[in-house]
Amino acid sequence: MIDVPELALVALVGISGSGKSTFARTHFKPTQVLSSDYFRGLVADDENDQSASADAFEVLHYVAGKRLAAGRLTVVDATNLQPHARAGLIKVAREHDVLPVAIVLDVPESVAWERTEGRADRTFGRPVLTRMGRDLRRSLGSLAREGFRKVHVLRGVDEIAGAEIRYAKLFNDKRELTGPFDIIGDVHGCHAELVALLTKLGYDVSRAGAPHPAGRTAIFVGDLVDRGPDSPGVLRLVMSMVAAGSAICVPGNHEQKLARKLNGRNVQLTHGLPETLAQLESEPAEFVAEVKTFIEGLVSHYVLDDGKLVVAHAGLKEAYQGRASGRVRSFALYGETTGETDEYGLPVRYPWARDYRGSAAVVYGHVPTPTPEWINNTICLDTGCVFGGSLTALRWPTRELVSVPAAREYYAPVRPLREATTRPDEGLDLADVTGRRHLDYGYGRTTVNAENAAAALEVMSRFALDPATLGWLPPTMAPCSTSNLDGYLEHPATAFADLRAAGVDKVVCEEKHMGSRAVVRVSRTGSGDAIWTRTGRPFFGPALDQPLLERVRTAAAPLFADLDTDWLLLDCELLPWSAKAGGLIRDQYAGVGAAGRHALPAALAVLDQVAARGLDVGALRDRIELRSSEIAGYSAAYRSYVRPTDGLTGVTLAPFALLAGVGVSYASKDHGWHLAQADRLVAADAEIFTPTRRKIVELGDAAAEADATDWWLSLTAAGGEGMVVKPYAGLAVTDAKGRLVQPGVKCRGREYLRIIYGPEYTRPEQLARLRKRNLGRKRSLALREHGLGLAALDRLAEGAPTWRVHELVFAILAAESEPVDPRL
Amino acid sequence: MVDVLLTVTTTRPPATDLGYLLVKHPGKVHQFDVPTGTAYVLYPEATEDRCTAALLLDVDPARLRAQQESFELGAYVNDRPYAASSLLAGALAKVFRSALRGASKDRPELAAEAIPLRIRVPVLGGSTELATRLFAPLGWAVTAEPIPFEPEIGGNSRYVDLSLSGTVRLADALNHLYVLLPVLDDAKHYWVAPDEIEKLLRSGAGWLAGHPEKVLIARRYLAHRRHLAESALARLEVAEENPDEESELPVARKVSLAEQRRAAVLAALTEADAARVIDLGCGGGALLAALIKDRRFTEIVGTDVSSRALDQATRRLRLDRLPTRQKDRIKIWQSALTYRDDRLRGYDAAVLMEVIEHVDLPRLPALEASVFGHAHPRTVVVTTPNAEYNVHYEGLTGMRHSDHRFEWTRAEFRSWASETAERYGYTVEFRPVGEEHETTGAPTQLAIFKEKEATA
Repeated sequence: MIDVPELALVALVGISGSGKSTFARTHFKPTQVLSSDYFRGLVADDENDQSASADAFEVLHYVAGKRLAAGRLTVVDATNLQPHARAGLIKVAREHDVLPVAIVLDVPESVAWERTEGRADRTFGRPVLTRMGRDLRRSLGSLAREGFRKVHVLRGVDEIAGAEIRYAKLFNDKRELTGPFDIIGDVHGCHAELVALLTKLGYDVSRAGAPHPAGRTAIFVGDLVDRGPDSPGVLRLVMSMVAAGSAICVPGNHEQKLARKLNGRNVQLTHGLPETLAQLESEPAEFVAEVKTFIEGLVSHYVLDDGKLVVAHAGLKEAYQGRASGRVRSFALYGETTGETDEYGLPVRYPWARDYRGSAAVVYGHVPTPTPEWINNTICLDTGCVFGGSLTALRWPTRELVSVPAAREYYAPVRPLREATTRPDEGLDLADVTGRRHLDYGYGRTTVNAENAAAALEVMSRFALDPATLGWLPPTMAPCSTSNLDGYLEHPATAFADLRAAGVDKVVCEEKHMGSRAVVRVSRTGSGDAIWTRTGRPFFGPALDQPLLERVRTAAAPLFADLDTDWLLLDCELLPWSAKAGGLIRDQYAGVGAAGRHALPAALAVLDQVAARGLDVGALRDRIELRSSEIAGYSAAYRSYVRPTDGLTGVTLAPFALLAGVGVSYASKDHGWHLAQADRLVAADAEIFTPTRRKIVELGDAAAEADATDWWLSLTAAGGEGMVVKPYAGLAVTDAKGRLVQPGVKCRGREYLRIIYGPEYTRPEQLARLRKRNLGRKRSLALREHGLGLAALDRLAEGAPTWRVHELVFAILAAESEPVDPRL
Repeated sequence: MVDVLLTVTTTRPPATDLGYLLVKHPGKVHQFDVPTGTAYVLYPEATEDRCTAALLLDVDPARLRAQQESFELGAYVNDRPYAASSLLAGALAKVFRSALRGASKDRPELAAEAIPLRIRVPVLGGSTELATRLFAPLGWAVTAEPIPFEPEIGGNSRYVDLSLSGTVRLADALNHLYVLLPVLDDAKHYWVAPDEIEKLLRSGAGWLAGHPEKVLIARRYLAHRRHLAESALARLEVAEENPDEESELPVARKVSLAEQRRAAVLAALTEADAARVIDLGCGGGALLAALIKDRRFTEIVGTDVSSRALDQATRRLRLDRLPTRQKDRIKIWQSALTYRDDRLRGYDAAVLMEVIEHVDLPRLPALEASVFGHAHPRTVVVTTPNAEYNVHYEGLTGMRHSDHRFEWTRAEFRSWASETAERYGYTVEFRPVGEEHETTGAPTQLAIFKEKEATA
């Protein structure tokens, strides 16, 4: 029976003909086995070309590295008789913090020679085999010394044939334990506070092993000892809990040092160790021996709860989780330092948590902090109890914090506990957003192209708000399918048909406001409030944005209370269009209008004079007359979205969806609910808010559809842009196959579309051409952006790290730079 | 659909001879196919005393669109069908080809004679002032009435109704129009012919060389080639970066401020003994070009967030043509200063030359964290405008560049720099760049941050 860790680099060792390939084939999957012969073949077209060995091993090591990085068992089928060949494998294993294991196949030379002679492709002579045999003898004694953590030697053909592989879990692999847990920060001999905290958490400290009636398990992040008043008391309690199965414990650097001292090693008697030693002196020798055994048996980190939780004293970066090596242990105990020291002479720690991108939550201690804060899914629970702070526990999986204050300061800190700051800056890494990236966001998968990411990076970094604020961007919306009704490119009939085809039976038709899309974040306190455009830019600048937000905040006060949230994210349209887009209207639309309105009468005057001279210009004149009426319609279309504003006077917001609040995404609420919330805002402040008119339609109810169509005709006849038809059930509606449905389709008015498709688009020949428009790209883009946005709201609700929200918001912006017909 | 319009009137009797000069009979309606649509020539009046020829261009938007590949909305709804521009100029050249050359088979003497002419272009992009500057030196009396927007919108559009009158050879008049209509309009042009420079010189023969605005005319006339190439990049509405932004400011200098700034930065880098240098926000690569000439800089990295700026820098440095050894010294990367970038760690020095003022103030801490905290080079050189100096720029209102998010006084810059240095473990010293004024200081302020010795 051969024990092999589940994650290991297994080196087969043996002379040619010893049966390595057969052994590998018997016990491992073909993809797990990297054979030197195969790699020689890959690089040289000849498995026996020894001159290709250097290149072949370079590639083999590279592939082995990729496999190990991904956490896959890897077996190397090569003779591995030379120390330098094995050193290469040890190096690859260490680089990926996996255990190197050797399995030696030792067969008599005669057997090997017989097999070699039987193979046509093996041309070397017996002396070569003899030399290999000598190398093998020499190797056997040195394998363990070279760094192989396990060496299995199989002697003879029968032993090899009878061998079986048994996989062993790593000590740190406790994924099967799912808690619930109470993870407790650095205790440092504060026995009274530990008892108080355990009691508060519900553990029965009066009973042996302090069990929890509900079967909860305590996890200690280490540093039980030193500095405090009763390290032996803490050890006794924790050891009894571990023995009884009511607690798990990882070692801290203080335990590590204590064990070295107890083993008679020469260590510096600093940082509270003398206190512990003095306290232990009055303890019986057997207890001290038990302490030594206990500490020596501790595993430096654990992966728990199906891989969702990692506990280590000083934290652990993702690449080290579930791995085993000296440096993994060292990181878990001491963290990573930059080699520098600060003004108090303490080591400067590398901020690994800031760069952490792993999916497992990492819970640790080691560095005293005034308040525990989640940073990129990691949290430090050392709240400096021994320094007069508090002792803190994190309840898992609920993530509640429970703490008890220290009775007093037991030990003066070298460096004062840092004053409480606001949420620590997680910062963002360029690698979070740039390059070609694949995103699996829960509602689908997408690839962000490098060029689109590059374009988005420019907008995001130069013009947008702080990504920590920018929790969501509005997705683009596809128009309804093209209508074939005379004179119409878009019509309610096709909008209803689109949604019916998607399996929707009830829709809400919302008046489409023609203004500028605005996302608003308001909070009870006003901190972090912002309003941004569809590309994440601030709206008018702080001088106007702040008073506007103040108005929204005031009106939203009852919502904060009723929805029990400290902040809200609103999806709105800011009106009038001219407030934000005045320059665009003048430069683009009204410029065309002014030119047309002036040019056409001049041309008509010329033609009238020509006609008066008896020349026939009738057809030409008719065309200009038509064009005059078209340009008048065009001018009327954009003019209806222009209203005078002065500062905030005249500016209003039309909210139509409430996206998220603290710990919740409102995507699943139906539009009746969303509009009711919007109505409450309008009722609270009718000056700053504009209501959204709506019709609810049961699809298939011909009368209701006709009624909505008439309503749309009257809205658009009065200069309205049109309407948006949405599935009534909510923002995240899926079809029968579970795929997201378009969150809405827009159905734009006949006159409005003049400013999109040109004044003359209603001519039959132009409409015929425009009806060939292709909506596929726009629809897929709209759906992708919608899914990314829903996922961003989910992550926002679960309090995910900034980078997790930002990668999605960034992807929405990147999608917007894809070339899609802007008229859709 | 006849849209773009131009009329030419003469009162030289017999006025109907205008028909001979233009080779278009006043008694007919003439129709021509031109690349952008259909052109008509017709005569609203044709008497012995007064004759007017009208050129109407019926622009076909579909044909216009076919000439450009772009997803800008402006490509679909635009003023080209109404406003005189290169389109009308092109039609003019085609329809009145011989008149433009000054040739006339039937009336050669008349073609050579300056005659009383009145020209009207009802809609033309451009200002009254510019129209006067362009046409008045050529002997025209100019009237250019601004065309107003609708009352709801208020104010005037960018168009004028242009009338010219003067005694000018018809061929000269047509050549003036051919060159100056597109110059005055100066919008994006979608219509381009391959031999523009030659056309300009041919049409400008005899008048352009002596024109007081010849530089502006040539620049604008030829500008549309560049616009065409770059229109795709306008999709995200990114403001164009102008590396030498003060160059248009009215101040007399011997050496440009930009050059002085580069020299000051190079001096700071040399003093710091920096060999491996990053230019953060390298723009078009002006500093990189200076760095690469100095062999002391063994590794040079230019970063910018704008892909367009990086393309410009790549072209300016001729990276594709540099010998391998030279090329290995320089790298051009896209990076954003508000994100941490691992590639930027471990350099001797970083330069932020006229960069920080392009970052919104609330985002500046993110820049500080990524540059001073994460990249953490031994030396950081920062330059930024000195707002106090702005009073010396005559006619300057607001800030020196439209993309500047702030401009600091010396006290503000010092306060920011000192706090940043303190927070990230640097010492800082300040230097003026450019001519120093007694009360306001120099136009540019420079700070050199040096990493404090590690207390190992």
